[in-house]
Amino acid sequence: MLDVRLYLLQRLTALMMIPLVLGHLVVMVYAVQGGLTAAEILSRTQGSLVWGGFYGAFVLAASIHGAIGLRAISAEVLGLRGVGLTALSWGVFLTLLLLGVRAVYAVTAGGPA
Amino acid sequence: MLEQSILATSVWRGDAEGGEFQRFEVPRRDSQTVLDVVTHIQQELDPSLAYRFACRVGMCGSCAMMVNGVPRWTCRTHVSKVSGNVSGGGGELQIAPLRNLPVIRDLVVDMAPFFDKWTAAEGVFRPSETRAAPMAKVQPGSPARAAANAGIECINCAVCYAACDVVAGNTDYLGPAALNRAWTLVNDARDGGQAERIDAVSSEGGCHNCHSMGSCAQFCPNALNPTAAIAGLKRETVKAKLGWRR
Ligand code: SF4
Ligand code: SF4
Ligand code: FES
Repeated sequence: MLDVRLYLLQRLTALMMIPLVLGHLVVMVYAVQGGLTAAEILSRTQGSLVWGGFYGAFVLAASIHGAIGLRAISAEVLGLRGVGLTALSWGVFLTLLLLGVRAVYAVTAGGPA
Repeated sequence: MLEQSILATSVWRGDAEGGEFQRFEVPRRDSQTVLDVVTHIQQELDPSLAYRFACRVGMCGSCAMMVNGVPRWTCRTHVSKVSGNVSGGGGELQIAPLRNLPVIRDLVVDMAPFFDKWTAAEGVFRPSETRAAPMAKVQPGSPARAAANAGIECINCAVCYAACDVVAGNTDYLGPAALNRAWTLVNDARDGGQAERIDAVSSEGGCHNCHSMGSCAQFCPNALNPTAAIAGLKRETVKAKLGWRR
């Protein structure tokens, strides 16, 4: 149940996520060199606008992308249509967004500026 | 003379309410097609069997059925190709009505939803000139004409429609044949209904639901490639949405 708008959004968010996933992986591999502690991660992310923006964009793209994907699957596999389908799509989007934003907030807010 | 081998055939019998497979033993012959088998059953064994065909030479598109679980044009499908090699016997054949369409009776399905979707996809030529206008000049080698040519030999058999799993899961999906037809018209320089067509194939049941798995292209008896046509529609609809389409 995709129209051209949802199709485009799904492609655009996929495009956005390619560099974000790569950046995430590269930093992860780099960061675990010489051990990994919560304090070390937080020292990098807390108060950082860059990491806040990076993971904020990631969360937004993933929430949109995931919600559209699950929308297509639930339409085809569960036969969902109309209001139910719209509600499910928005529900998935908002839930993912909320969870993601909470996590981003938790690691970037506060701490040494 | 050798004893004639027998083809163990099961044929689906029933209507919209349901039904079951019925067994028939059909003498195996040289160069026998699946349609020959069905015709033999109807003429010699059970005259009440309902099925549909017309041209018998792969032009009309009316004889498609599920043969051993796969959609095929039965008049051009040789039994030897599909019946398997059961030693000592003539092989086995299971014949059922086309998938993804409502059954009317036995092997006959209602093609109305299939053709309704051609209309819904704006698979109709919309003239941009009157008959008084001079004949349009279309360069045979132009990319648009080549794209249209690749898709125009469709015989409306609905084999691709039966093969498509998205149609099976989403009754609103316009399906490969209707979208392939729309794509040939998108590439027709003489057509004046492009904006409406782009809208029609951009809708909820439109081309963006295709998963590009290619079952339609794999089973199309005329070796058309609706998957590629639909990819073309996706490109053009995105361009139109972003205002890049001239
Ligand atoms: S490529 Fe698209 S239209 Fe063709 S069978 Fe797959 S989903 Fe259906
Ligand atoms: S595209 Fe091929 S399989 Fe589909 S209706 Fe046309 S001829 Fe038949
Ligand atoms: S009978 Fe016409 S295509 Fe098979």
